[in-house]
Amino acid sequence: MSFTRPRTAAIAAIGAVALALTACATGAGDAAPTPSAEAEPVAGGNLTFAISVDSQCIDPQQVGNNDAIAIARQTVASLTIQDPETGDILPWLAEDYEVNADATSFTFTLQDGPTYADGEPIDAASVKTNFEAIVALGAKASLGSSYLADLESVEVVDEHTVTINFSEPSAQFLQATSTFSLGLLSPATAAVSQADRCLGDFIGSGPFSVQSYTPNEGAVLERREGYEWGPSTAGHTGEAYLDTITYKVIPESGNRTGSLQSGQIDATTGIATVDAVLFEGEDFWSLNRANPGSVYNLYANQSTEKLADESVRLAIQKGIDREQITSTLLGPDDLPAVSPLASSTPYFTDLSDVLEYDPEGAADLLDEAGWTEGDDGIREKDGEKLSFHVTYWQSPKEVLELVQQQLRQIGVDLQLTFASIADVQAANADGTYDFSYGNLTRADPDVLRTVFSVNGTSNSTKRTEPAEVDELLDEQAAIIDPAERQKVVDEAASLLITGGYSIPIYQLSTTITAASKVQGLTFEASSRLDFYDAWIAE
Amino acid sequence: MWGNYIARRIGQGLVVLWAAYTISFLILYLLPGDAATLFAGGGDQEAIDPALVAQLRSELGLDRPLWEQYLAALGKALTGDFGTSTQTGRPASDLLLESLPPTLALTAFAFVLSVVFGITLALAASLARAQWLRSILSSLPPLGVSVPVFWIGLLLLQAFSFRLRLFPSMGNEGFDSLVLPAITIAIPSGAFIAQLLSRSLRSTLAQPYVEIVRAKGASERRVQLGHAFRNAAIPALTMVGVLIGGLLSGAVVTETVFSRLGIGRLVVTAVNNRDVPVVQAVVVFAALVFVVANLVVDLVYPLIDRRITLARTAFVAA
Repeated sequence: MSFTRPRTAAIAAIGAVALALTACATGAGDAAPTPSAEAEPVAGGNLTFAISVDSQCIDPQQVGNNDAIAIARQTVASLTIQDPETGDILPWLAEDYEVNADATSFTFTLQDGPTYADGEPIDAASVKTNFEAIVALGAKASLGSSYLADLESVEVVDEHTVTINFSEPSAQFLQATSTFSLGLLSPATAAVSQADRCLGDFIGSGPFSVQSYTPNEGAVLERREGYEWGPSTAGHTGEAYLDTITYKVIPESGNRTGSLQSGQIDATTGIATVDAVLFEGEDFWSLNRANPGSVYNLYANQSTEKLADESVRLAIQKGIDREQITSTLLGPDDLPAVSPLASSTPYFTDLSDVLEYDPEGAADLLDEAGWTEGDDGIREKDGEKLSFHVTYWQSPKEVLELVQQQLRQIGVDLQLTFASIADVQAANADGTYDFSYGNLTRADPDVLRTVFSVNGTSNSTKRTEPAEVDELLDEQAAIIDPAERQKVVDEAASLLITGGYSIPIYQLSTTITAASKVQGLTFEASSRLDFYDAWIAE
Repeated sequence: MWGNYIARRIGQGLVVLWAAYTISFLILYLLPGDAATLFAGGGDQEAIDPALVAQLRSELGLDRPLWEQYLAALGKALTGDFGTSTQTGRPASDLLLESLPPTLALTAFAFVLSVVFGITLALAASLARAQWLRSILSSLPPLGVSVPVFWIGLLLLQAFSFRLRLFPSMGNEGFDSLVLPAITIAIPSGAFIAQLLSRSLRSTLAQPYVEIVRAKGASERRVQLGHAFRNAAIPALTMVGVLIGGLLSGAVVTETVFSRLGIGRLVVTAVNNRDVPVVQAVVVFAALVFVVANLVVDLVYPLIDRRITLARTAFVAA
């Protein structure tokens, strides 16, 4: 008379197995295929877009997370726009711009006509208000503050002309003016509290305005009536086609996949690689773009003894088989790194001739540096093992596990701890760690200076003494002429590889997966979502 | 007598609340990472300027010594002010109150479903005549209790939302969006009730007075429903506190799987962001619910079961 009766247990077990088997049943959507429409855009309708995470803030000048950017970007226009194909910086709200020879002074001439959503003109005085407010937000507007580092003054020359002066050469600022972080908000917003701005209480200049925002649930953006200043890179210049965009926060990956399959959402970037196969076919389309900027790197902490040795770093760099990682673990759109920069970054050059998988070369370097193989296959010198540790949070975690296996073959031991973002920040806080891991998205090669330079905001290699590569990185920060800058960027990127500063692995990419009725949804230059040309074909 | 007892129980309840607050405070303090670095370095951006982080940390008061942070927070908590959320800048108590209604709706509905489900299952197993049917019905409760909540949720989603398109997969509006999440929570909770009730029914049916009722010619139905059930249900009451715990923890997982707003989502986000004020507010609230529920059960119990009387220092069965 107890629950341990074999019969009861057997039935319970069979029930569990049966339930488990139902979970194995998968299948693609079974709706009849619809003909694809190559028609003219039609105004009207709503697009429901799923995001995975809500960072509790949608103020374009404060956001840093891709999902929040998908919302915030649509609400503001910027001084310039970056062409997603060529990387060129083109006029937008500023119909003309001028930069002085050493990139310390930028003058913008604004279009006459654009207004904020409250009717206030987008004039020089409002630009000044914007930039000063961003600086005042400090850590809360970390991206914008970093672009405006070294800001000396903002001069209102006349109603439509504004000059921004820096105390140090800042060639990156031109590209920065095309980003959402420096997107323009109405002067009235400067008076709103930082917390309320996060909740959507701001007035923008873009094709959409915030209708509602419920943290952790979602947001609704509505078309801005009277918007006429679409950028030249877009398909049109007038009002947006969509009436509304409804964003839903769906934290669970399986829920996003199923919701898209069953038509409860129309598009998302959050489909897991393993689920991508479910959306091949006529009812859905997908679009992939590499995230520009610094690729996923293992950043060696060069202030530690073992990693201060260039031979050790170069050996590790040569010992990683990037092709094997992407072909085994990642999707067809995720490519191995061939430079410290991602392929969609302006001024990118393929450096596969200096960045190779060369395990024999790696072994030779380590032998020469005095690291000989011990009994367990790990090299040692003077009683110390060639062993390192890295704490990371980025999925898929298997990437570094495969790197660990590859490094073992050249006698290097890489210990891994996969944890949360908070744990990673804590582990790296006191600066005694061996490696950190990450990437940084930005559609400008100045990202290399931010990440690798001894003076950069991140200084991910934790160096203290400037070296030749820092001079090159500073130099490119001051050059405006594209051909000149390309030469210096190539030199700097090359030196980052040959000097063992960068240990690149693969480049991050984003994939939009959408129902076939969604048209015109695309990426802007930093591989973030652009809904301006999007429309629904019913 | 009653007065003393109530006063003592309330006192114990307050100690439980204080302990919950202190322990969660310490755990959050000891966890790696703090709210400032997490705030400044959210998402895939890694360029955190240490000076900005330090500024943020001092703004949030995170650079004070542990005991100072604790006492300051405790002092304000006693007045109902749980501080401002480090992630959103809004009062933590506001966030808690806003998240309450969806979770209340969900757990109330789930509670009703689990009681109905549990009682039905236990009675059906007890009343079933055929041995094969009885075996199957008796094996369902352990199955229901051992299957993980999120898995049930995902299965229900697959079947009823994505395939059959009967219910929405997310959202907080309308009765439709409550159904699948409530069933998800109700399955393990109901199975738990069924287990308790089954065991209790079996021992009650072995009591002498049941023999007498049977001897008087009552049908099996009348014996079980009319006589045994009421007495069998009483011990299950004492487990109400555990049941509420199950409902709340089920809500945490279910709200994530079904993308619903509520206290569960609130606390998960807050822990990930080391948003101490919000976590504290939720912990204290949950502890309060437990304490009140258990207190009510303890006070009501002797009124239901006349065999229990309140003695000087402890319960005794007369």
